[in-house]
Amino acid sequence: MTMNNKALAEYLVSAETEKREVTRITAEHPELTVEDAYVIQEQLVGMKLEQGYRIVGPKMGLTSRAKMKQMNVEEPIYGYIFDYMVEDSGRISMSDLIHPKVEAEIAFIMGKDLEGPGVTGAQALAATDYVIPALEIIDSRYENFQFTLPDVIADNASSSRVIFGSAMRRPGELELDLVGVTLSINGQLKDLGAGAAVVGHPAHSVAMLANMLARKGLKIKKGDIILTGGITGAVMLSTGDYVTAKWDGLGEIGFTVSE
Amino acid sequence: MEDHRISALADLLAEAERTGQGTQPLTALHEDLTIEQAYHVQLTNIERRVKAGDRIVGKKIGLTSLAMQKLLGVDQPDYGHLLESMVIENRGEIPMRRVMQPKVEGEIAFVLKQDLIGPRVTVLDVLQATDYVVPALEIVDSRVSDWKIKLPDTIADNASSGLYVLGGRPMKVEELDLTQVGMVLYRNGQIENTGVGAAALGNPAACVAWLANALFRFGITLKAGEVILSGALSAAVNAQPGDTFTARFAHLGEASVSFTLD
Repeated sequence: MTMNNKALAEYLVSAETEKREVTRITAEHPELTVEDAYVIQEQLVGMKLEQGYRIVGPKMGLTSRAKMKQMNVEEPIYGYIFDYMVEDSGRISMSDLIHPKVEAEIAFIMGKDLEGPGVTGAQALAATDYVIPALEIIDSRYENFQFTLPDVIADNASSSRVIFGSAMRRPGELELDLVGVTLSINGQLKDLGAGAAVVGHPAHSVAMLANMLARKGLKIKKGDIILTGGITGAVMLSTGDYVTAKWDGLGEIGFTVSE
Repeated sequence: MEDHRISALADLLAEAERTGQGTQPLTALHEDLTIEQAYHVQLTNIERRVKAGDRIVGKKIGLTSLAMQKLLGVDQPDYGHLLESMVIENRGEIPMRRVMQPKVEGEIAFVLKQDLIGPRVTVLDVLQATDYVVPALEIVDSRVSDWKIKLPDTIADNASSGLYVLGGRPMKVEELDLTQVGMVLYRNGQIENTGVGAAALGNPAACVAWLANALFRFGITLKAGEVILSGALSAAVNAQPGDTFTARFAHLGEASVSFTLD
């Protein structure tokens, strides 16, 4: 790769910090591969760690069949959630973001390390302490949310904010692939789905993550909180929205979108 | 519209079903066909079937999702009749000759223990009148060529009813939150789509309440023991010979059916 990875990572970090959308990096670097993109993502993650931010855990993206088809990929992608992304105040600010969308997910709190290759969903469940509901705010740094696969990987899989619910359940208490989820804005149902929308089962998503990380000599760590992927589609947010989501057996989450 | 014209339209649909050759849309022949008239066409064919020995065992509600209502440009559901001849046992087989252009949907079925009489039935009335709910597969079908239907076409055609399967285990409504029951629909082991109870007008019980109230103007009562298919929880999926469909529901178990060449 001839381009400067660090410069591209800086380009994306400054877009996030300055809250402005930028041209996708493959416009200038059409030869960029998925492997290259993960190298840029590593640079970006390293920069945030240097700034003093802490990783909450990895997140999975492109986990729905529809999104995989749309992007023409066989497996999901991953990125990282940092501590500054976790929003506990019950509101997010439009002025902090570019063009945010929200999707409802199930997050896994890991009780043990999980190291691939060959990890299955059953092993992922066994390594999980708790499952909790989560609303993820994705906010691509690219113009009009338009990107190719390497673009979105380099952009930390569009990670932006996350709001966790307070209902913690042991993973064995629920049939996670059958958990029904509804997402409403201002009282109007916007999207819905069941856990199986995430690569067949949310635990399968965690297993795939462990196996993808293993290719880089990495693993899922005890204490990681993993966002497994959207059960609903991603819904555009506007100032003044009141967002509510409900999970069967995992309670609800609500937040407002302020200026 | 005079009785003989209603009767002629009913003939067209009955003939299409008998021969397996889809008809052109009724609304192509009668642009001004009203919803009221369309329900009379539906009732005409149901009455003929009952006269020939079939029996009414319940009702189905259609067009309960916002997506379907948008597709047909309507803002309300519709309904049809379930007959004894439409019942397929769980994990049963459907020879393709029994259907024309089938699609499969996963739904929650209600079985009533009390009659429900409109016009002011509420969700709470429905919950109290329900004996139990079970998971269901509905095989919708259209006697209109290529599913080229407008609202009066599907209403006249018994709300595009085909066959249905009840499965899983019966549960009391107080044991679950109907709005949040998750469902996964598989075709040949592959996930086709997922859904949740709220996909049907926000609450499957609200669909049943709508039905009880809609039936009032035709002097029809929902009766104890009747099966009511409350509306699809996800998009309908085309069925081909050799396909096996399974819908798994949270808490309720699963319903399954296969399509065979003959």
